[in-house]
Order: sequence, then C-alpha cells, then structure tokens
Amino acid sequence: MTAQNQLRRVARYGMSIDIDKCNGCGACMMACAVENNIPPAPEAANDRRGVTWIRVYKVDNHRAYPERRTAFVPVLCQQCGHDTPCVHVCPQQAVDVDPQTGIVGQMPERCLGCRYCMVACPYHARYFNWWDPKWPAGMEKTLNPDVAPRMRGVVEKCNFCHGRWHAAQQKAAAAGQTEIDAADYVPACVEACPTGALRFGDLNDSSTEVAQDAQRPESFRLLEKIGTEPKIHYRSRRDWVREIASAPRPEGRDGLRG
Amino acid sequence: MASVDKELITRGLRRSSTGRFLLWILPWAALLLFGLYCAGLCLVKGLNQTNMDNRFVFGLWIFLDLTVIALGAGAFFTGFLLYILKVEELRSVINSAVVIGLVCYSGAMAVLAVDVGQPLRAWFTFWYPNVHSMLTEVTFCISCYLTVLLIEYLPIVLRNRKLHEVPSFLVFEYELHKVTYVLAGVGTFLSFFHQGSLGGLYGVLRGRPFAFREGLAVWPSTFFLFILSAAAVGPSFILLTTWLVEKLSRKRLVRPDVFRRLARISGLLLAVYVLAKAVDTLIWINRTSPGTGFQAWQYYSWKPFGTWILFAEIVLFGLLPALVMLTPRLRAHTGWLVTAAAMACCGVALNRFVMTVQTLALPTLSFDPYLSYFPSWQEIGTFLAVVAYGVLVYSFSFRYFNLFPEERELRLEAAAQEEETALAGRY
Repeated sequence: MTAQNQLRRVARYGMSIDIDKCNGCGACMMACAVENNIPPAPEAANDRRGVTWIRVYKVDNHRAYPERRTAFVPVLCQQCGHDTPCVHVCPQQAVDVDPQTGIVGQMPERCLGCRYCMVACPYHARYFNWWDPKWPAGMEKTLNPDVAPRMRGVVEKCNFCHGRWHAAQQKAAAAGQTEIDAADYVPACVEACPTGALRFGDLNDSSTEVAQDAQRPESFRLLEKIGTEPKIHYRSRRDWVREIASAPRPEGRDGLRG
Repeated sequence: MASVDKELITRGLRRSSTGRFLLWILPWAALLLFGLYCAGLCLVKGLNQTNMDNRFVFGLWIFLDLTVIALGAGAFFTGFLLYILKVEELRSVINSAVVIGLVCYSGAMAVLAVDVGQPLRAWFTFWYPNVHSMLTEVTFCISCYLTVLLIEYLPIVLRNRKLHEVPSFLVFEYELHKVTYVLAGVGTFLSFFHQGSLGGLYGVLRGRPFAFREGLAVWPSTFFLFILSAAAVGPSFILLTTWLVEKLSRKRLVRPDVFRRLARISGLLLAVYVLAKAVDTLIWINRTSPGTGFQAWQYYSWKPFGTWILFAEIVLFGLLPALVMLTPRLRAHTGWLVTAAAMACCGVALNRFVMTVQTLALPTLSFDPYLSYFPSWQEIGTFLAVVAYGVLVYSFSFRYFNLFPEERELRLEAAAQEEETALAGRY
C-alpha cells in the first residue's frame, strides 16, 4: 500500500434501493452483464444456473385479487460489513474485503470452485460458472476491456463494478488528486436504472444521498438479524414489502412469494 | 478351478478359487469403469454434467464425503483404542479397520477432486491457506491423515506371503511396525480435528441459521458433535463390515467377544452423543435460531422435512441402537448387534444428509422458494464408482493380506472341533 493510499479517506460504499420505484424492467441486470462481460446463458442453463450478479425478484403479498400487490426486489451481493460469511469460509483467500472501500472482492483467478462461499451466503448472490464462457460470433468485440472474463469452474459475484472504480482512481491520479470524484464512480446498474430506484455512494459520508436513504424510517436491510451488516439498504413505504427483510415463512402462513 | 494365485494367499488361510474370485470382482470392476466414465465427463465437460446449481451447490457427493469419512472413523478410533488405550481384543480387527479407513478417505478425496470446479488448483489451499476457514483445516488434516493411513496400510501389504520373501521389505515392515504407536497417535490427533472441522463447516455458517450453532471459542457445537458421532459409529461400521465379510466368505474371522466389545464401545459413545445432540438441539431451538430471526418450527414446515427427521435422527437411529448395544441380553445376539450397528450407521448418514442437503433446501430469504434436487446419472455413477472402488480394494486386501489375524486360529479350532465331533460319532 502506498503512502498516498494510506492518506486516503476510508470509504464504505453502499447502495440504496427504492423498491417502490422499481418497475422490474431488468435494465440493471442487462447493464451489469454488459459491463462485467457476463456471457449469454447456454441453452442448457436454467434460472438456477445462470450468472446474474444482480437479480430482480418478483414478490407479491400472497393475497387474492383484488388485494393482490406486486413488487420487484433487485438482489445483488449485499457487501456484508461484519463477519462477512463468504470471506472467512474461503479456504484459499480468494474472497476479501477491501479495507479502503468496504467492497467484498472475489478473485476468480485464485478460486478453487469449491462453492463453500455460495453455501455461506444467505442472499444467494454468488454464482458459479457451470459452463465455459462463450459469446456468439462477433459479440466478443463488445467485451469490456477493463474486466477479465471468468473461466468455467469458478465463483463470481457483484463487486460494485470494480473496473469503474479503478478507472476513477486512475483519472483522479492523473489529475493529481487523492480522492476520486463521486460522479466518476457509479456502477453500471445504477447508471442504467430508468426510474432512479438505485443510488450508490459512500455510506461514511453523511452528505451522500445513499447515506441519507439508509437513515430513513422506511429503510431496511435483508436478514438484518443475522448480523452481517449488509451495505445494501432497501426502502419502501408499504408495510408488506418491508416484511421481506425477515425470515421466510412457508406458504399458507401469510408468507410472501418470490 | 484351482487357485492360480495361491502363492500369494497367506499360509493357513482358505480363499475361494481364482475363477470365483474373478466372478465376484467382475461386476464391481464394470461399475468402477462406468463410474470413472461419469467422473471423466464431469472433469472434461465441467460440473454442468451434474444437477447441482447456484442454490444446490453441494449435492450427493458432499453428502457421500461426510458420510464415508464418518464411517471410516473406525480406523482411527480402533487404532486409538488398541494402541493408546490398550484394548487388546481389537487387534483382531485393526487391519480391516485400516483398509476400511483407507478406502473411505481415499474415496472421499477422489470425489472431492471431481466436485471442485478447478481441481488443478487444489494446491492453492496449501499455498494461500485461509486459517479462518474450516475447509482449510479439513483439507490439511484429511491430506495428512490419508498419508498416515497409507503408511499404516503398508505393513499389511508387506506382510503378504510373496512380498515377505524380499528381505528389504521385511526390514522395512519391521521398522514401520516400530512407529505404529506414533502413527496411531498422529492419526487420532488428525482425525479428531478433521472430523470436528467437517462439523464446523456447517456450524459456522451464520448465513444459514438452520446449520448455524453456537459453541466454544471458534468451534461451533457441531465440531464436537461430529467428532463424537464419528467415534460412535466407527466401531459400529467395523462390526457391520466384519459381519458382512464373514457372511460373504462363509468364514469365522473374529471371536464373538470382539463383536460385543465393539458394540459396547459404540453403544456407550452413541448414548453420550444422543444426549449431547439433544441438548444442542434444545439450545438451537430456543436460543440460537430465534436469535438470528428464524423460528425453528419454520424449518420443519417445509415438506418432506418434518419433525420426523429430527425424531429419526435422535431417537430411532440414535437412542434405540445405543440402548440395544448397551443391553447385555440383546448384545448377546448377533442379529440384534448387527441391526443396531446398521441403525447407528444410518443415523450418522441421516445426520450428514440433514446438514448438507436439508440446509441447502431451506430458503433463507422470505421471497425465496423451497428447492429440491435430485442427482444426475453422472453424479450417481461417480458415487457408485467410490462404492465399487471400496469393494474392490477390500476384496483384494482380504484375499491377499491377512486382515483378520485370528482367522487362521479360528479355522484350526473349528477343524479340531469338527474332528472331535467326527471321532465322537465314530466311537
């Protein structure tokens, strides 16, 4: 670590998601796949075998029409800030938390593909490459040169578009600055969201929108009682939507349905 | 057909003809070949050949690994009882226990190599070890213990009639014999740790409240429960396999006292395990699980995993066989003994199934569905390859090595008895 890095303020990047604004269009998923060189799913893949660093779940209040209500919940790596489940289980240190940004990183080059981290993740936000990555002829020209494609047999997940963070750092360094401009580092999903449901920023900086969103009374985090301190803050004014934060209940017991 | 390999068979032991032996071997060899083909498919084409997915990331193979390693615990525990605690009766099954341990551990390691996405990176765990990971501990301990088992297996091989004729092998075997006690001690230490770490693998999963357990320092309660359950069923599995080999080979291999001693040890440990498991379950239901926001009854609302599974694990396949094995009157009957030992083995398999499969089937997010999984034929084939490999290694070992040191003596005793009966009939 350079002396310059040591002087830099420690950030805690996080995201706020307004479920009431999300219309389930899936633009975030698409932008994420394009930005992070996620290949099209092979024909044999199903919804449990694809790679989707951010995944929009459709939930409803489990009531019959006309009381039926629906919401969309984008779920990505929750960037757990305390006792991060995937970090301490990895046998070969392929997962770490960057102390400078709070981002949970994954090193596919070191991953053994044991998938123990996937078992440990309560949010199912980690994905395994069941197939070799393949792009249709010509499509490989659209690949993002800042992000390395991953090989078969390794685990991957959302890293808040690390390629963009590096680019922002380089830009700041070229300008002789130690801090990056917040406008230069925005993950692809946040950029692509047409309704502005997703916001991104430093939770340590109380002036950011995301830090203020996290303090709102209608804000909640998924499975907070587990104690992993996730850095994705959801919010909704609807009581039944806020219930998704809690543990699952079997169907027929007023549970929510995904 | 006469035995063309009789020169290799231990003096004084009787084995079937080569033809019969080949007939026995053939189907297992075919199964092994089919399993190797399945494993090859998974290695070459990738884990897309399995029915595992991003939710069910562990399947049949991890269940198999955990179960066979628990059953293979008989090797270390018998060694511990014989060489450290000096339970001399167990000398008659120690060789067989070592072979069973070797088969179980090497089989589990082979399946693990197929189960990981990048097997060629296995050495990374030794190069970049994460000391906080239970899996690191498991990898280190199992690798070391497998080496210990191989060294323990060597004297059994070197005592083969033909190999014994080579003077250097004789010397080597003698030297190895001198370190047996050290190996037993090292094996016991390593086994205690990796059996525990296998339990710890799941117990530390804060994100899976069904598996998560509190414990002592860095070790969750499952760490200790896995050690205890493995130590409890290890002798049961030795009892079961010895009985099975006796039936298949139609020979008396050990004295009935050995069976009873194994059952008593197994029963006692099983009873302690059942008690510890019951206390742990109560703490988990009333404190650990609610503390993470999950009420324990929720887990058992997802069918088919009702509370029956808890009852089966603790009472039916735990308490019941323990009571049978601890009751002298029942212990006197081989039928009861074998049934109880089989039930104890089923109990530990069920426990490993619950920890691996049920943990993954249960949803954690409120909008997440309950999921099911059924292994693909490639997974089943690889699983069967381990079974076939085990049977083959054991069969060859039984034929060419002296796995049961009392066998010759028992055969002579039986022959003398027969002669006596014949003489009594004549006069």
